[in-house]
Amino acid sequence: MSEFRMPSLGADMEAGTLVEGRVRPGDAVRRGDIVALVDTDKAVIEVEIWEDGVVDELLVSAGQKVPVGTPLARLRAAGETTTPPAPASVAAPRPTERPAAAPRAVETAAAAPARPAPTPLPVATGAPTRRVHATPLARRIAQTLGVDVAAVEGTGPDGAVTRADIERVAAPSRAAGAPAAAAPPAAELRAARARQAMAAAMARSKREIPHYYLTTRIDLSRALAWLAAENARRTVADRLLPAALLLRAVALAAREAPEMNGFFVDGALRPAACVHLGVGVSLRQGGLVAPTLRDADTKDVSAVMRELADLVARTRAGVLRSSELGDATLTVTNLGDQGAESVHGVIYPPQIALVGFGRIAEQPWAQDGFLGARPVVVATLAADHRASDGHRGSRFLAAVDRLLQAPEKL
Amino acid sequence: MSETQRSDPPARIRQSYRDALREAHRDALRRDERVFLMGEDVGRYGGCFAVSRGLLDEFGPERIRDTPLSESAFVGAGIGAALGGMRPIVEIMTVNFSLLALDQIVNNAASLLHMSGGQLAVPLVIRMTTGAGRQLAAQHSHSLEGWYAHIPGIKVLAPATLEDARGMLWTALEDPDPVLIFEHGALYGVEGEIAADAGPVPIDRAALRRPGRDVSLFAYGGTLGKALAAADALAAEGVEAEVIDLRTLRPLDTATILESVARTHRALVVDEGWRSGSLAAEVIARIVEGAFYELDAPPARVCSAEVPMPYAKHLEDAALPQAPRIVDAARRLLGDAA
Repeated sequence: MSEFRMPSLGADMEAGTLVEGRVRPGDAVRRGDIVALVDTDKAVIEVEIWEDGVVDELLVSAGQKVPVGTPLARLRAAGETTTPPAPASVAAPRPTERPAAAPRAVETAAAAPARPAPTPLPVATGAPTRRVHATPLARRIAQTLGVDVAAVEGTGPDGAVTRADIERVAAPSRAAGAPAAAAPPAAELRAARARQAMAAAMARSKREIPHYYLTTRIDLSRALAWLAAENARRTVADRLLPAALLLRAVALAAREAPEMNGFFVDGALRPAACVHLGVGVSLRQGGLVAPTLRDADTKDVSAVMRELADLVARTRAGVLRSSELGDATLTVTNLGDQGAESVHGVIYPPQIALVGFGRIAEQPWAQDGFLGARPVVVATLAADHRASDGHRGSRFLAAVDRLLQAPEKL
Repeated sequence: MSETQRSDPPARIRQSYRDALREAHRDALRRDERVFLMGEDVGRYGGCFAVSRGLLDEFGPERIRDTPLSESAFVGAGIGAALGGMRPIVEIMTVNFSLLALDQIVNNAASLLHMSGGQLAVPLVIRMTTGAGRQLAAQHSHSLEGWYAHIPGIKVLAPATLEDARGMLWTALEDPDPVLIFEHGALYGVEGEIAADAGPVPIDRAALRRPGRDVSLFAYGGTLGKALAAADALAAEGVEAEVIDLRTLRPLDTATILESVARTHRALVVDEGWRSGSLAAEVIARIVEGAFYELDAPPARVCSAEVPMPYAKHLEDAALPQAPRIVDAARRLLGDAA
């Protein structure tokens, strides 16, 4: 018997609202199945389960908002009998009798393990943050109005967030007639909350992370020529965009650059073993979400393209899966054809770097004593100076450039 | 007094707190022949604070009795009289001296009903002076009513207004259990207008003395006037302070306290007692227990400095809660909004 808990779907997520359960008691589930829809205040996420079993009992009903870690359902292994209801039965397991770790087979109540196997949560919690000073009344009202107290500037005693501060922030959404009830929030209210959550993360980033910035211009003539030839022999549906090449180049460079790929937590650099790229996707109604393209360093360019298209579509539709949020090891923001020339980004904590690509445009390019026009992209790196320095950053950007000069190997 | 009473309009007379107390005694002595007053100098001298002046001539030595300087003895005698069916009023000169009678008050008066399995009620009223502000130094000036408010089995009252000085005594005498009345020494000379026919008042609830919406000031006895003065000063700055007079320190009227906090969301307790282990601490504990989610600022206190009360005027003033300190503390609770 184990518990399926409210997952943390982002470093700043404290609680989630169960919008819909997709399983019922008695249903068999397999690792990777989508079992619930959870509203994180930023988006509605499809939540996956990480073990096989049979749903024994649902513990939270739709519409309830519960803290991260709250058991949502009890799960039993296939073949295991239903638990008797009363937990306070007989003696607790004696310390000498360690509950068997591996077998999930038939377990009687008396021999039930003291604690369920921890559900692997997709996200490491972020670096410790200072607890926000908000008055009890302010917190209560913030919850009712759906305001993130961490994103509100306090004007009370010692800078505490007070009721007035919450009401000031919430005034626009209330004026718009958003219901004060808990329930799944209206879209505009969620957008406001997402904005606040983003504001909190970005403010924390600029407060805590000493950013340094590097810029390099990359000649994309080879990459785009290869792309044109490649697309000419692909079907329309399988065609590649330059973004897929840029992401692949970053992913491969990141694999060799531990100071750019990972987290800074508890005062120490924690390089990541894999490369999960957070991909900045702007929403049509405003706002930005960075879903995760997992293991981008081990997938070929076609796979990255497919996943990117899927991610962008579902992000804009507001339906992401839990595995696609929150555990990115490095974020890439790509302004696209309509964008500005370059972007100097804000690192998403607790990550340690962010790579930005501006618009690809023809630029004068001097080489071998001749001036010509070439498609050029300005690549920028915003990196955490606690984790790396400019020399490492330069090598990383140089690696991206080098990889893009051999597009056929991406 | 009743002969002068008119039906319209309700007559008001000018009176001091001391006069109102004396009127309360006169009323009680007339209403119930079991009532008598005893204490140090209450008869011939007319009472250390002149509360009982003239009562000896009016009611005679059987009912207005001078006692030896022995608090334990005459409080004990009062308990015995109450057990014997009388309705004694015992005056102790100051709360500092009441410590000599602590054994009688706590071990006997407060406990006998319980120890006798409900057979022996002690309908005794003990009045005493409390508080500072009159340069009477560290042996005559302390505010120990918070100690008494700790003791189950007794009620503890703190009349702060003319109406309560006039009206609490009779209600206390009607109570079947011991009631302690703490009269703040600085109030005796305070004069004001009171209805000529003012009479008994309830002793089981706090009173809203001034409504407001921004912060609640909780005060009692000698600090009520200071809290009201602070509220006036705050009003000039646009801050509407609500003032609650606790009136009864045991049992505390928790409901009124919590209702006020639910209106204003900020609580400031003004208590002439020392801060550590004070009545103010109890009030704040109840606010935090019962109105935590209403609080929009940490509850705060203005108490006396934790020193034996100084004799020198400027030091005594500095040691006591004063209106400007209350105003400052209220401003801090309001943060940038003030």
